[in-house]
Amino acid sequence: MDYLLLQMLNGVQLGLLMFLLAAGLTLTFGIMDLVNLAHGSLYMMGAYIAWTTIGWTDSFVLGALLALPVIFLLGLVVEAVVARRLYVRNHLDQVLATFGLILFFNELVRVIWGPAGKSIAVPTFLNHTVEILPGVPYPAYRFAIIVVGAVVAVLLAWLVARTRIGMLIRAGASNRRMIGALGVNIELLFSLVFGLGAVFAGLAGLMAAPITSVKIGMGDDILILAFVIIVIGGIGSIKGAFIAAMVVGQIDIVGRAFLPDLLKTFLSASAASSAAPAISQVLVYIVMAGVLVWRPTGLFGQRQ
Amino acid sequence: MKSKLFGTATIAALATIAAGSLPAVAQSPIKIGFVSTFSGPQAAIGEDMRRSVELAKEHLGGKMGGRPFEIVYEDDQFKPDVGKQKSEKLVQQDKVNFIAGYIWSNVLLASLKPVTDEGDTILISANAGPSQIAGELCNKNFFSTSWVNDQTPMAMGEYLQSKGVKSLYLMAGNYAAGKDMLAGVKRTFKGQIVGEDLTKWPDQLDFSAELAKIRAAKPDGIFIFYPGAHGVQFLTQYAQAGLKGQIPLYQVFSIDAITLPLQKDLALGTLGAQEWVNDLPNDANKKYVADFKKKHGVYPSYYGAQSYDAIMLIASAAEALKGDVSDKSKVRAEMKKANFKSVRGDFKYNTNQFPIQNFYIQEAVKDPEGMMTVKTIATAMKDAKDPFYEKCSMK
Amino acid sequence: MIAALRTPRGLLTALILLVLAVLPLLTQAFDQRYLLSVGTRIVIWSIAAVSLNMILGYGGLVSFGHAVFFGIGGYAVGILSAHGVSSGWIQWPVALAVATLWAALIGALSLRTRGLYFIMITLAFAQLVYYVGGGLEAYGGDDGLNISRSRFSGLIDLRDKPSFYWLCFAALCGTLWFCGRFANSRFGYVIRGAKSNDLRMMALGFPVFRYRLAAFTISGAFGGLAGILLANEGAYVSPAMMSWVKSGDLIVIVVLGGMGTLLGPLFGAIAFFALEESLPPLLDLLRKGWGEYWQIVFGPLLVLIALYARGGIDSLLGRRAP
Repeated sequence: MDYLLLQMLNGVQLGLLMFLLAAGLTLTFGIMDLVNLAHGSLYMMGAYIAWTTIGWTDSFVLGALLALPVIFLLGLVVEAVVARRLYVRNHLDQVLATFGLILFFNELVRVIWGPAGKSIAVPTFLNHTVEILPGVPYPAYRFAIIVVGAVVAVLLAWLVARTRIGMLIRAGASNRRMIGALGVNIELLFSLVFGLGAVFAGLAGLMAAPITSVKIGMGDDILILAFVIIVIGGIGSIKGAFIAAMVVGQIDIVGRAFLPDLLKTFLSASAASSAAPAISQVLVYIVMAGVLVWRPTGLFGQRQ
Repeated sequence: MKSKLFGTATIAALATIAAGSLPAVAQSPIKIGFVSTFSGPQAAIGEDMRRSVELAKEHLGGKMGGRPFEIVYEDDQFKPDVGKQKSEKLVQQDKVNFIAGYIWSNVLLASLKPVTDEGDTILISANAGPSQIAGELCNKNFFSTSWVNDQTPMAMGEYLQSKGVKSLYLMAGNYAAGKDMLAGVKRTFKGQIVGEDLTKWPDQLDFSAELAKIRAAKPDGIFIFYPGAHGVQFLTQYAQAGLKGQIPLYQVFSIDAITLPLQKDLALGTLGAQEWVNDLPNDANKKYVADFKKKHGVYPSYYGAQSYDAIMLIASAAEALKGDVSDKSKVRAEMKKANFKSVRGDFKYNTNQFPIQNFYIQEAVKDPEGMMTVKTIATAMKDAKDPFYEKCSMK
Repeated sequence: MIAALRTPRGLLTALILLVLAVLPLLTQAFDQRYLLSVGTRIVIWSIAAVSLNMILGYGGLVSFGHAVFFGIGGYAVGILSAHGVSSGWIQWPVALAVATLWAALIGALSLRTRGLYFIMITLAFAQLVYYVGGGLEAYGGDDGLNISRSRFSGLIDLRDKPSFYWLCFAALCGTLWFCGRFANSRFGYVIRGAKSNDLRMMALGFPVFRYRLAAFTISGAFGGLAGILLANEGAYVSPAMMSWVKSGDLIVIVVLGGMGTLLGPLFGAIAFFALEESLPPLLDLLRKGWGEYWQIVFGPLLVLIALYARGGIDSLLGRRAP
């Protein structure tokens, strides 16, 4: 029972981290109709910039707070220089251009920070374990991720559901031409949304840094998973992204923690131990394909 | 735009042709191709290898057997097809006499035939050691200055066995080398394997689920294989989960001179196995490590040491043949003697042209200046042969 | 035909095809064996790019998993060869059949979706096969598999580089011929019509889904052909040949060359490999050591192409985008 709870908590933590990344992606797609492969690069830049600012301030929290505006600015620059010109283009041009951006950012990082990668230490006040149940310790830093992820999710839900910007975002996700007709300063809205997405991606990157490591191309691996999440959830839907992220987090943990034992009940031990990792590796893809065959626009996407 | 693009294409074509048709110089240098990863997330390894190759060149005074030599570096981008393509370029266009390098098993396997068979060029692997090449795919033109995948974990397993460790939990990335490593440790460790996880490769971010399983399984020790950034990641999460100090960690290829600056204190006290350690007390090694440190301010890694040896091995053959490396069979015969001062100490070649060598147990420590490094604490295996050489048709 | 030669585009096309046709003679004459290797790769990748162009360029269906057919064609050959079946007369038809079947299956499931969903579901199926390939321990897992090249009962020796090149070139010509026929057939016009407005095509009474599925299946079969050739080129197969990066490269090649044009993918493949081969040495000429950072130039170049060279190289040569 303790073990089950612990594993579920691990899934929630993973899901929330993925949600941070997926939220920005689904926003930019829903509103600007932009397939932004470079979103993963912003995740990476978040981690690298935070490494630098944490080095300056000698404090994780201060460094992170300093890094976020920098990433926001970086997002605005990317938007103004490249992304803005892509909104009216087809998805293919967008894929090509933002793929080019990935190559550029990966090499840029190598030029600036060198090839060896960096590590960010867990802030000392979180560098311990807490007992969620007697005898079941859980790393405090992972709790912090859960808290930050949950706060961002609530904030975003409030922003989308209760504010004027949120109204425009919702309007944009369902009918893009409409918000133009409403006389809104679209350019400004688009820039802000892109910058916001960049901040979420950067936040995810710098939060993940102390448990993973800061390395070139760290965003490319995770980007595909983020796309899987927004597609399962339905593109443009924040709610969908949140639920899909939670589902993917749990699926991932189930595949790793329980699948081997499950398979052993009807396979030989050696067959189970070689099949389990293979299955858990493709599990999310199978789920995504299944969801799309069942509902071609994801769980909460706009029907055609 | 139109003319510009054309211009670029023309220059590009000319450059490609020009690069291949430079006239031969009077005393033509011996050419050595070196294939490694110089871009992307794994570039740090390639850089360490290149530094060691350059150091070898410096120590040799830029000459082998009286002839100057040059190194042509090519970047495999961590992709087998690119590695093969670059190896072909080295053989066909640069017409190198030797090719060395290769970090990754799959890059090596893709490049093997084009180099050794179709190109009839001698290849020296300075790291990758898939078991196939030690066994059925062994080749007269292939030499190794490293090991076969299974060997290093076998050494670790043997040591744990002798120390009376009763039970182990095994973890590695879910790819060919990862599976080899777990198979290797199981060959020599006869205690109980309480659990075994092959994790997603290379994109696993998180080990929380596996660490929770380990906590529940309560093994005497954890054995891991997570090279590069994954090793950093694992150690961090292992410490965060509060397992450090409770369940000891044993590793192969997961703590080295490249990852230690990132792992820092988290690595302290962790044991690992390796065929070379930077404090091995032979003169060649002392010179190599001291000069490397003086030049770059950091310790060299085993990747670098094996690359240094690869160049020295070639040099030994060129010395013996007075610089005339045109007769391949003579060169092979000379190389097979391994008549050079290896930084791991002297070794012999087995029939499959993999080293018969010692494996050591090393511990992660701080040196007197406070820099993270590893030191030898025991010899796990003496003059070890790999378990596949009998499958090789060369006798 | 003759009239076409008067335009720069026609002239250049003729020149490129001529050079490709006699490439082994040229490389032999100038002792540039390596260029023949590059040429072989360009030709094989062109076949795959032309096949992708059938659905992507003409049909507007962005498949982000086309490299999976490299893998399926390649592994079919590799697995048969590992079991001692080395005859190309058996290997090649089996490989083509498997690629065709798999294309029909994933097409039937994927074509229900649109836009980004389609991109992602094709990627998902490709990743599925990619990881299965990595899990095939009997066939080398992700270390890949060294194979012996297909044998054609003494008719042609695939180990001989020029013969193999000409075989690939013949396959490319066949693929181009087929694609040309396809594009200008009634079938092709339905696919092209559905790209701009599938509702209208459906209203006109065309079963668009079935047409698309047929096109997707044919495209997969030609992709499989490219995979067979690729496996024989390196005498090696590995899951890396179907990684999503390779699918991305194929898309880049098609867009770079010009979508929905017959020869665009060929131009794209030539430009792509020429850039990859020449950017590092060019940058090294500027300053030693810069070559390794070639992607910092290549990346923005892709951005510029996407932003300013709509219609790809083929439109720069004077062809108007369709």
